[in-house]
Amino acid sequence: MLQFLLRRLTVAVLVAVTVMTLAFVLTRLSGDLAISIAGPNATQADVEVVRKAYGLDRPMVTQFLDWVGRALTGDFGDSYFFKAPVSSLIAERMPVTLTLGLTGLVIALVVSLPLGILAAVRENTALDRVVQLVALIGQAMPSFWLGLLLMITFGLQLGWLPISGTGSWQNYVMPGIVLAFSAIPALTRLTRAGMIQSMGSDYIRTARAKGLSRASILLKHALRNAAIPVVAIAAVQLGFMLGGSIVIEQVFALHGVGFLAWESIGKNDFPVVQAVVLVLAVIYVALTTLADLMNAVLDPRLRGP
Amino acid sequence: MSTLLEVDRLEVSFGGRTAAVRGASLAVERGETHCLVGESGCGKSVTALAVMNLLARGARRQAERLAFEGQDLLGLSDSGMARLRGNRMAMIFQEPMTSLNPAYTVGSQMTEVLRRHRGASQRIATDRAADLLARVGITAPGLRLGQFPHQLSGGLRQRVMIAMALMCEPRLLIADEPTTALDVTVQAQILRLLAQLQRDLGLGMLLITHDLGIVARVAHRVSVMYAGEVVESAATAELFARPRHPYTQGLLRCVPVPGRIRRDEPLGSIPGTVPRVMPGFEGCAFRERCDFADETCSGTIPRHAAGPAHEFLCRLPA
Repeated sequence: MLQFLLRRLTVAVLVAVTVMTLAFVLTRLSGDLAISIAGPNATQADVEVVRKAYGLDRPMVTQFLDWVGRALTGDFGDSYFFKAPVSSLIAERMPVTLTLGLTGLVIALVVSLPLGILAAVRENTALDRVVQLVALIGQAMPSFWLGLLLMITFGLQLGWLPISGTGSWQNYVMPGIVLAFSAIPALTRLTRAGMIQSMGSDYIRTARAKGLSRASILLKHALRNAAIPVVAIAAVQLGFMLGGSIVIEQVFALHGVGFLAWESIGKNDFPVVQAVVLVLAVIYVALTTLADLMNAVLDPRLRGP
Repeated sequence: MSTLLEVDRLEVSFGGRTAAVRGASLAVERGETHCLVGESGCGKSVTALAVMNLLARGARRQAERLAFEGQDLLGLSDSGMARLRGNRMAMIFQEPMTSLNPAYTVGSQMTEVLRRHRGASQRIATDRAADLLARVGITAPGLRLGQFPHQLSGGLRQRVMIAMALMCEPRLLIADEPTTALDVTVQAQILRLLAQLQRDLGLGMLLITHDLGIVARVAHRVSVMYAGEVVESAATAELFARPRHPYTQGLLRCVPVPGRIRRDEPLGSIPGTVPRVMPGFEGCAFRERCDFADETCSGTIPRHAAGPAHEFLCRLPA
């Protein structure tokens, strides 16, 4: 188990380092930063002043090492646009994104696990096909469109939920549902496939031969083995929701990290962009590592001999 | 006392296309080992699964009578059947490598049987599991209880399966080719263990096998199955001494018996394979492979008595 843990953590750190390098290099490939910071009316002399002031005249490697060194201590420099430390900008907005992502994941799991199990138990019946059709529709529906539909129905016509802002928990209901919708199809189908495979296995025949209750057969013996791929994908989906909620944050005017990234890209605020990419990547890596650890708990064979 | 397990004219079909079991009848008496023999695909396992009501969805089961300890199983609800399974009647399978759940420890899988059927506490169930592991010849039962199936060899896993089946002191143990997937040396050990447990605990055992060597060693009674029918049934010694059905005779010619065959004489074989039989099939299913077949073999086949408790299904006269 310890060896497994060390191996997973080493891989996680390597991935994080790679992402850090890419984030740094890619922001610099998008053009001369000094020119864009100085603005459209700047003279050549102004640009040179900016270049010197921001340390952009130094060799790339020096700039990189400098950034990495400070990033490790949590210092991502100052935003060019907001004139505030990047770390506090992100810290301010992270709770919104985390709340949104977790809400989305919880809704997605609450919907897709029972649906997947039900579809598997009733394999090849009308119910199974309805579930699969719903999953297909969910997959095909663009999230901004679903977001607008919900806003019109529950926000404007029925007036049950607020349509924008982050004032209370109610603000997270609709965006959470929209985010969940992107994850539900994959999770449902994976649960269904896993359960079907599990239910057809020899150990389920044994469980039935032991006279166990239906609930125990389904939820203890079958689901535990079916859950392994679901956990892995759920972690990836959560990472996706945290990093990819830009559209949803826009639609519902939630000022989360996705919104911040979108603003900063438009304004060439590259310290912010770099930091957001890095933070999201680290969260992503942490999530997949966590999923691997959870799977090792679920399936003892993954822990090694 | 009543017969432990009565199966009368059992029929199992899959989706109306394949008749897997066609009117098979057999009876297992208390404390007796009844062997069900025949080639692969002749309906032995399906018969066992039908008795336990463990057939896959889509299978149809019918019978004149199916009773365990005098209790009718055909009209029993799913939950009523579940209360018998693992409790009064237990089953072990051919595939020890995959028959245990990889996600739970041996202890967890063993104790849940007693907890389910007897409402036993975890402590009592664990003690019972440890006792049974020792009983089936597993050293360090305490260690094994905490291990996962993948940490055990095939032979050990089958011993665990046997111990697990015995948790609630069943009266009937159905063993579906329990040694087929194991090494030859381990096969002998498991077989000796089963025979000993059967004697010591007075178990009724329905042992499915295609190995006549096993039959000769452990069976009190033998039923020979072919294409879903029981074609011959007799006490073991009687069957080996006076096989009447041509299929039984063919099977016996395929095994070397010391003293009966000569060194220079090749072992026999039965050409061809078991046919897939459709519902509504008439006559003897063995006729394509039989040396004695004639046109009457496609008609109705009579069941003959060839002595006390010896029956066979053939057009040849008794």
